[in-house]
Amino acid sequence: MGTATVIEEKIMLTLPGDAVRQIQWRFADRFDLQMLVQSARGVARGTVAQLVAAGERNTHEWTPGKASMMEAFDRAGITAAFMEPEEGGFISGPKNLALSLAAFELAWVDGGAATASLAGSLALAPIHERGTPEQLKHYKSLSAPPQPGEDRKTWRGSFVLTEPIPYVGVDTGMLSGKVRVAEWADGEEPWLRVDKRGRFITNIAFANFVTAAVGSDDPRIKGSCFVILEETDEGVFDHGTPTKKLVHQLSSTGDPIFSMKVPASRIVGGYTIKDGVIVPNYSHSEVLDAVFKRTRVGVGLMSAAKLLSAVEPVIRYQRQRFRGAEGARPGSVRYEQGIQQREDALHRLVDVWATGEAAASLGFATARLFDEMEPTEKLKTAILKERGVQGGRAEMKALRESEQRALELLALDTQDFRRAELEADPLVQYVLMDAEANVICPATKLWNTGHGVNLLREAVSLMGGYGITEDCPGFLGNKWMDAQLEATYEGPEAVQRRQLTITMTTEVFLALFRVWTTEMRRVASSRPGTGACTLASAMQMWLWTLNHLQKATDPTGGKLYHGQRQGVTFALADALCWLLASRYQILDVLELEKRGPEDPVASEGLEGTVQFLSDLCHTQAAAAAGEVSRICAELVFGYNCHPSWDEEEHRSCFLASELDEYEETMPGISAMAFDVLAADGSHPQKAGPCAGCAGNSDFLRMQNRLTACLTGSRLAKDRAAETVSKVMIPEALDYPA
Amino acid sequence: MANILHIVVCAGIVPDPLQTLEPVTTPAGPGLKNEMVLPAVLDPWAASALYEAAALAAKNPGSKLWLVSLGPKAKLQQVMMTVAQKVAFELVPIDGPIGGFPDAHSTAAVLAETIAALPGLDHEKLLLFGGWESATRGAGVTLQLVGERLGITDQFQGVDQITFSDDGSFEVLERVEGGKHQVSVCAGAPAVLGWATGNLAEPRNNPQVGMANMRTIMPALAKAKVAKLDANGLSYLSVSLPKQQRTTRVVKDMTPDQIAAELVEWIGAE
Repeated sequence: MGTATVIEEKIMLTLPGDAVRQIQWRFADRFDLQMLVQSARGVARGTVAQLVAAGERNTHEWTPGKASMMEAFDRAGITAAFMEPEEGGFISGPKNLALSLAAFELAWVDGGAATASLAGSLALAPIHERGTPEQLKHYKSLSAPPQPGEDRKTWRGSFVLTEPIPYVGVDTGMLSGKVRVAEWADGEEPWLRVDKRGRFITNIAFANFVTAAVGSDDPRIKGSCFVILEETDEGVFDHGTPTKKLVHQLSSTGDPIFSMKVPASRIVGGYTIKDGVIVPNYSHSEVLDAVFKRTRVGVGLMSAAKLLSAVEPVIRYQRQRFRGAEGARPGSVRYEQGIQQREDALHRLVDVWATGEAAASLGFATARLFDEMEPTEKLKTAILKERGVQGGRAEMKALRESEQRALELLALDTQDFRRAELEADPLVQYVLMDAEANVICPATKLWNTGHGVNLLREAVSLMGGYGITEDCPGFLGNKWMDAQLEATYEGPEAVQRRQLTITMTTEVFLALFRVWTTEMRRVASSRPGTGACTLASAMQMWLWTLNHLQKATDPTGGKLYHGQRQGVTFALADALCWLLASRYQILDVLELEKRGPEDPVASEGLEGTVQFLSDLCHTQAAAAAGEVSRICAELVFGYNCHPSWDEEEHRSCFLASELDEYEETMPGISAMAFDVLAADGSHPQKAGPCAGCAGNSDFLRMQNRLTACLTGSRLAKDRAAETVSKVMIPEALDYPA
Repeated sequence: MANILHIVVCAGIVPDPLQTLEPVTTPAGPGLKNEMVLPAVLDPWAASALYEAAALAAKNPGSKLWLVSLGPKAKLQQVMMTVAQKVAFELVPIDGPIGGFPDAHSTAAVLAETIAALPGLDHEKLLLFGGWESATRGAGVTLQLVGERLGITDQFQGVDQITFSDDGSFEVLERVEGGKHQVSVCAGAPAVLGWATGNLAEPRNNPQVGMANMRTIMPALAKAKVAKLDANGLSYLSVSLPKQQRTTRVVKDMTPDQIAAELVEWIGAE
């Protein structure tokens, strides 16, 4: 006989504070990052909140008020967070987590402010990733705020890719900017003529320089490249007209025009001259890959911040909703709890909160992974260079052996003596990290923003009519609208899905995914309340479905898992994101449970905090399982033709006369038969005979199991709701509305 | 001519005033509900003293600035992530209880003992700074007691400004009734100054200053001495929050004159 697990109720005391977050997001031992967080928070809840409250979002133009925000970034060290100490910064080493944390804090109040902080780094990113040492030193030093005693202005940059102007037949794969040789005297450095029109370019109103992608329009220049254009260069540097955005108005966006003459030394990463042709050391796409690989994380975390920022104002609104009304006297339930008397209000807020936690966990895990990966990637490049291997395709080819070693490592038993050797191989480490990063980065961007915007709508709805006013505490209406831009910024959702459909099917990633599934089962055995078991079952279903779809065809024989068949591939990519977010959320709670007791602040009431966050994990895992089950079922069954009532397909149906005969020997059979044809050939009123499940019974078994795995998830939601109704919140929001 | 000063600022940490503060009885006496989990800040009056001290030290090259703070080490560390970015100082942490309920005499004894033992501190150059009030219960006597224990008898409270002369003497503006200041002239250090709000704005965060401070703050926190504060027979019969009524209106576009007029009317009606 089984026994029910009764979970003792532990209530979280207050909203999770810094000590808890530092452990969950793994920067408890990084005081440089903790200071940056405090600094960015000061700017967000001070300068930025005041700008929003004062109506600065109501204009598209760049105003002195908005400019003061950039100065506040400089003073608070947000601008310098991208620089090394010798360039005027204060953080050494990789900075993905640092920039993400700063963006998270700013987005807590306003997404546009966060975008403005990221855009400066984005302009420098091509130089940071692929620039020559001279370019790196020059532009990063100029972009660092002046040090005490220095008398200069901070340079600001824009990243100018190519946003094709709509309705003019421009292919997004084409570069609109062109570069030609302007002058090239014998034995001297060539001068280039650059013509480029940008569209929707961030930070452009005040940019002193831009990094622009251009394609060659001259046989004396090979391929494409990025060039650096300065405001004072010869020619036209037109900042363009402001874009009439409905959102993110605290960041500057416009359509600039450039027609300039610059020395060839402005090609990002430098160039070589071969047979009289300028060959850029890096094509624009090589630079772009390196840049976009990392910068999308911050955008995903902006939406996560907004979801979590909604919790406190919604709780306060719900509790105080009826205060002041005649029927709500102090001390009464109506007065004290307000709308929180109602389960629906609590459950919906739990959904918003759980999504915010999952989105933050996924995003910060990605940022940390990129930090971890940066030195390994440099080591990989150095090792391969030593072997005479350089460049994208050559490196990919050379890493195939390491991929096999990585697969071997993932398949080894934990006690196997080969593990140590394989784990110590930097190329194996790189391959593993790369496989993970190539999936979780687009997943962060896609899921956090795409699903996040839906839940932000929910948060707005929880504030009633107040939610869509300018006075809504926490600016929730703005945050909801802004999230729609975040879903598009740095590559719209389709781009992320496209990347996922390729990276999620690599052998290494799928092997990692199997390991993660086993890991979740192991977690479930020691921490059943986290929903890890539910998640593991959903992961299994996703993997089964992928395998199935990679082999399956539609009734016309067309392959189902195919690049052009986005109805299949994109849907599976969406499903995967749910699973990943839920996984990292669970891992963060486990980290808190493990490390929390060592921290005197986090350890206070830790049991209640862990219990609540685990309940959110369980709620989220159940939601993820539901989504995966729905998507996978649609894909597995949706491409089969439904049987019809025609001669061929109703052959397996019973005839009414047959049933009468069978009834004599098998009483009751008539009640079991659905698809019965009458003597006149008429049939029941439905699409056709019920579809069979031949070949897919494994899936149905899994789906049954997954459904049963939801056991307890609503109890977890109830417990979380109980906490939401009791948790202590501050007296007032710490930023104005 | 610059005066070389040794400024010691005594500053505790308090729960962020925006938090819900609910008095409760704990095994160790009165406290606040969930106090350890609530975000903390440097006591606002003492923080003013710190900013004034930093400005004074900057104006007088060769001066030194210590921040002596008694509170739970872990909370102190959290608070330092912000405070350390404001101004340069050397932290002298004392790992002890949080809150405003410990006995002021015990607290003063520990603080005085710590200050007296500061390496390199010249008593004749000492200016002891702190807040004249506290955002916690605030006995209002701790700073004076520390001064007494250090043998400093020139004491000023409710200070808003000090102005140094070349001879080392300084003029002090202390708050008195009716929104006025009492002007005193002190012959020079040592002296105790309990600050009101001062005249300086809160310095902006500067992570570079923070990183420089952190080089000494983290080791100091690691070896902070533990202080046990004796109750000295002090007990509390009851603890409650001051009565308050919060009536918030969201009003935009009022001129400063209109706001002032409404405040005067409101105060008059009380």
